[in-house]
Amino acid sequence: MNTQDRVLFTKEMKKDYTILVPNMAEIHFELLVRVLNQYGYKAELLRTNGREIVDDGLKYVHNDTCYPALLVIGQLINALDSGKYDPHKVALMITQTGGGCRASNYIHLLRKALKKAGYEYVPVISLNLSGLEKNPGFRFTPSMGLKFLSCLIYGDLIMLLKNQVKPYEKHAGDTDALVERWIAKLIDMFDRNRGYGYFSMKKILPLITKDFSEIPVIKTDKIKVGIVGEIYVKYSPLANNHLEDMLIEQGCEPNVPGLMGFMLFKTDNRIEDIKLYGGKKLKKAFMKLLLGYMMRIESCIEKAAKAYGNFVAPTPYMHLRELIKPVMGYGCKMGEGWLLTAEMMELIESGYGNIVCAQPFGCLPNHIVGKGMVRRLREIYPDSNIVPIDYDPGATRVNQENRIKLMLAVAKENEYASDIKRFVS
Amino acid sequence: MNIGLDVGSTTLKCVAVDDSGNIVYKKYLRHFSQITSKSAEMLNNILTEHPEFANASLAVSGSAGMGFARQLGLPFVQEVYATRIAVMKLIPGTDAVIELGGEDAKILFFTGGTEVRMNGSCAGGTGAFIDQMASLLGVGVEDMNGLAEKSEKIYTIASRCGVFAKSDIQPLLNQGAKKSDVAASIFKAVVNQTVAGLSQGREIKGSVVYLGGPLSFIPELRKSFDDTLKLHGHCPENSLYYVALGAAFSPDAEPVSLDEIVKKIGSYESDAGYISCPPLFESEEEYAEFRSRHAKDSVAETDTVIPGEKLFLGIDAGSTTIKCTVINTKCEIVFSKYMTNNGNPVNAVREFLTEFYEKFPSTKIEYSAVTGYGEEIIRNAFGADTGIVETIAHYTAARHFRPDVDFIIDIGGQDIKCFKIRRGVIDNIFLNEACSSGCGSFLQTFASAWDYSIDEFARLGLFAQKPVDLGSRCTVFMNSSVKQAQKDGASIDNISAGLSISVVKNALYKVIRASGADDLGKNIVVQGGTFLNDAVLRAFEKEIGRDVVRPDISGLMGAYGAAVYALEHNKGNSTLLTPEELKSFTHDVKAITCNGCANHCRLTVNTFGGSRKYIGGNRCSKPVSGGNAKVQYNLYDYKKELLSKYKPVPGKRGKIGIPMGLNMYELLPFWHTFFTSLGYEVVTTPESTRKLYLLGQHTIPSDTVCYPAKLMHGHIEMLINQGIKNIFYPCMTYNIDEGLGDNNYNCPVVAYYPEVIRSNIRSLNDLNFIWDYVGIHRRKDFVPRIHKILCEKLDRISAEETKAAVDAAYKEYDSYMNLVRAKGDEYMALAKEKNLPVIILCGRPYHLDSEVNHGIDKLICECGAVLVTEDSISEHVSKFATNVLDQWTYHSRLYAAAKFVADSGDSRINLVQLVSFGCGTDAITTDEVRSILESKDRIYTQIKIDEITNLGAVKIRLRSLFAALGQE
Repeated sequence: MNTQDRVLFTKEMKKDYTILVPNMAEIHFELLVRVLNQYGYKAELLRTNGREIVDDGLKYVHNDTCYPALLVIGQLINALDSGKYDPHKVALMITQTGGGCRASNYIHLLRKALKKAGYEYVPVISLNLSGLEKNPGFRFTPSMGLKFLSCLIYGDLIMLLKNQVKPYEKHAGDTDALVERWIAKLIDMFDRNRGYGYFSMKKILPLITKDFSEIPVIKTDKIKVGIVGEIYVKYSPLANNHLEDMLIEQGCEPNVPGLMGFMLFKTDNRIEDIKLYGGKKLKKAFMKLLLGYMMRIESCIEKAAKAYGNFVAPTPYMHLRELIKPVMGYGCKMGEGWLLTAEMMELIESGYGNIVCAQPFGCLPNHIVGKGMVRRLREIYPDSNIVPIDYDPGATRVNQENRIKLMLAVAKENEYASDIKRFVS
Repeated sequence: MNIGLDVGSTTLKCVAVDDSGNIVYKKYLRHFSQITSKSAEMLNNILTEHPEFANASLAVSGSAGMGFARQLGLPFVQEVYATRIAVMKLIPGTDAVIELGGEDAKILFFTGGTEVRMNGSCAGGTGAFIDQMASLLGVGVEDMNGLAEKSEKIYTIASRCGVFAKSDIQPLLNQGAKKSDVAASIFKAVVNQTVAGLSQGREIKGSVVYLGGPLSFIPELRKSFDDTLKLHGHCPENSLYYVALGAAFSPDAEPVSLDEIVKKIGSYESDAGYISCPPLFESEEEYAEFRSRHAKDSVAETDTVIPGEKLFLGIDAGSTTIKCTVINTKCEIVFSKYMTNNGNPVNAVREFLTEFYEKFPSTKIEYSAVTGYGEEIIRNAFGADTGIVETIAHYTAARHFRPDVDFIIDIGGQDIKCFKIRRGVIDNIFLNEACSSGCGSFLQTFASAWDYSIDEFARLGLFAQKPVDLGSRCTVFMNSSVKQAQKDGASIDNISAGLSISVVKNALYKVIRASGADDLGKNIVVQGGTFLNDAVLRAFEKEIGRDVVRPDISGLMGAYGAAVYALEHNKGNSTLLTPEELKSFTHDVKAITCNGCANHCRLTVNTFGGSRKYIGGNRCSKPVSGGNAKVQYNLYDYKKELLSKYKPVPGKRGKIGIPMGLNMYELLPFWHTFFTSLGYEVVTTPESTRKLYLLGQHTIPSDTVCYPAKLMHGHIEMLINQGIKNIFYPCMTYNIDEGLGDNNYNCPVVAYYPEVIRSNIRSLNDLNFIWDYVGIHRRKDFVPRIHKILCEKLDRISAEETKAAVDAAYKEYDSYMNLVRAKGDEYMALAKEKNLPVIILCGRPYHLDSEVNHGIDKLICECGAVLVTEDSISEHVSKFATNVLDQWTYHSRLYAAAKFVADSGDSRINLVQLVSFGCGTDAITTDEVRSILESKDRIYTQIKIDEITNLGAVKIRLRSLFAALGQE
């Protein structure tokens, strides 16, 4: 590694250090942390919220850095400052993608921030698939990786169902309660080292759908809104000012494409890289194998979603790949790359033609795949109604809400117009 | 019976419409943030004048109406949508609507696919922007129209953001541009902003309607739109009320009991649900103690002057104000003045001198010094003796109060300047980049929006109990934060305190990026007009948790420092205008276009009677020195000269076009050689110009992407206009691996901009645009890949021929890079031999474009330095450990260059980094380059560049840098 000495997470530390994990996607990360626990790490998910996080971020991170970095680092430092933990018995975990996007540098920005805040002795663990940084006390094993994937599958399905039930629930709170129940159930299973495997997932996933399909609902016409964007801002309520909740409050049914698609995309990129620029055949073969396995477990979500009720199932990754072909090259891989555009297309095709594209202010890949593609999508889907929303420490909720409202007003009108068309024909 | 209420950011509009669609009541007023009482008043008026409306249907709209409607349980109609309803009903057949409001700009398309567009969170071409500009010109908004009518020429003013525009206008004014021309230019900037930012490639044509305050009140603005759009737009009757009318007409409007609503509004207390900071002062006693502590830091004043006593004059010609101070040999102030320059610094100084000579008829100024933005024009106009850079002036003054000062922060009208002093030398300068200005004029703008003077306004906040926490952010964002706070019920004193606190936070966290008091220094002197406000000073002390020194002449420090400097460097025989000469003083301004080079700078020529003359607006010294510029050692010029040699060579296979922007600036030798040896005639585009940018402006989808990327649209359009059928612009995730970093990526924008081009320039559909993904970092794999692309997209070319062309391309690229490196070595050796300072101007290959770098390279050379580039010396450094993941090829060179400077141990060699506004990767590189340099106690200088750059600020940086070198 081309980085200066860093504080290692040693084997001794594993015993009594608490590993703090910043939150991104609420349902998924609850589950992911349990996997870490199972491998003997005292991991804890940070569920903190509030303005202090942003302020800490502003204080310790270059202000022009993307908003996700500011929040993740703000959340971690805020936790160290909280007095809840002994800073000498704490390690921090952060993901590292290794791509050409700024996100690969979060970990270094975090270390700089720690130094500035006087916590330079706190070890930081990089969670990555590229073998970027290693620590003697933390090993990312293949079995752990597979368990992580299972968590994503469960998380994706629960998030999908939640968003399709909650807006219509007869008794307020039913859906959230069921989400909680299932998370608890899954945690219990995970703690007993169950529920991870392909076959148990095949069995358990449809049961989740069944439970959600049994929540009493009142089916009314709601505006269907898709959410895409930079991965952190897309999922994190802290970053997107509780976008999902806000949309539900406004009488919409949100749809947030899952995390599994992103994992498949990142794996596929490695194969594509070798196709475009050359590389090791063996690596390509291995990645193909991995991609195959991931697609196999991915198919569980689709099947499970269709098992009960009338849920709109997610689109398989392979179909996204087909959709994007006439629009962008597969080589566009930094950040969310072509996947973000493909998700917009998928959403439009599945009836979620009103889309919020949530991006950190000044996000580089989003100049290309977000804002940069809106016009093209309008050519292909003239009725699509896409609104890019910038998130940053300075942007106010009023401004964001106002733009979303405008998108919703247009959505309402479109709906009305198509009603008339239907009536006339 | 319908009522529509439009709660805008600055105004309130209300209409009542009877059942036959007649407007029976309408009212428009500025609400000065008293939304509730004013709207209750309006509704009450309706009730008394038209009792039949007692149970009318009502809906609320407007950018500040959402929360209001929600809390009162009234239906809300999004304002763009409301406009749409009203236009469809009242002006059928409309093709497009352009509506400008207090803080928003919108375009609605009606025919050919309905679309609505609103300005994003980073946009300034609106009513508030015009207000701001008017106050900068020192005129009312109403006068702007009259001024613009008389305009003769248009200057280019950045339209993207109000703050940017401000830094363009200021130098124009300081250089003596006419207010009438500036007023018209401001309108043009608004037009450009609206058209470029909102139309996003869609042509505005047919029957166009203008709505909203600015367009209703300012005919010249409408005219400016007409000119640009080449049509004749129409501003209908009631153009101010369309949002309100739309709300009234909206099917969402619900019948209400007006009486009840009025009562409800009356008893409506906002829940004060905003986030607040601790109060500035808990008690009067605390304030009194604070006052007495600061009263100690004062300068002696005297008005007794012994006839014949030697006096010294210092003038600080700042961005919005002029400060003049006359001192005696004991450094006592004899006479001083703080004036706003109202857009004409020359006039202000003349008034000062006239007054001074009248008051002290028997004295003589022994020596004089000028500092500040207007330094040059004032020196030339009045024959002042010497000019010094502002940083030196401020340090000279601060030293007078605290000889051991180690940190100075100056918050002036438009800028924040801070610097550290190490071993008596100015060490580290922070200037606010154009984006996060705020400062004094920022408070000023808010104060005047509420009809207060800035002092009164700031004083309001002293004892506010719950100051609003507005965070640190740029002015444009701040408007909406304040709006939100108002909505949440924050009173004006709490907002005032909040703004004072945020000025401080801006300075600390956005400009200096300090993490605590220790980051600054131990002995801090604060100055600048803004610190004269106790609220700001208190906020600063509270924020850093340390007492600071505020001289009682805080606002005059620049001028005082200049005066002290004049005293210390007294050479006698002042050339300053005598009372007699001052009487016959004249000032004429003429605007002309310089035709000395392709830049075609707009020059303002000031003549002051006699032979004194001052030319402003020039990017180089040519028009001033009469074309006999000195020899410059400028590697930018050398690189350009090398690139200009790749000319089109007619070949058997036809023409292929290459746009000269972004990474093509480095890869031209490669691709030119490649295609030329295959028998293609390679046609490239010339260096960018403003005109070229405008050519492609309408297809730019993201208004916040960096300027070099935006220029790409113009280059492609240019190739299309030339009738080129094959255009080559490939996507490149990876760059050449120079072995300096952990990886060899391009940044996402450089890598994938061809995707944006292909999806947004429609006419490319009929052409052969080759955007395919290639990687020249793996030479072996590149050959079959490019061969396949050639065969698919161009001609059936044999593998052997391709291989030979590839070999030639790599060879040419290497030889180009070697020439650049050799020149770098040559210049370094030459500088050493002649003992000249060296500046390594770090950036990206595409910063070579003078439309991108604004001639900063020449400016550096004019200061007498030898200029080399990062890529010409990076090979002298081998891979080393950095604090960040070093993943981009271009950026690795920056780190290498920094390391080279740090390790050189030679104070003659320094680094200046160019950073494009909006460059996300530079948020990482700038900190790292700085830390590499500072690890060896070297000075880091950064210059931000965008569409338009404030060369005045750039000069301060460079001059301070050279002054610091001279001090050592």
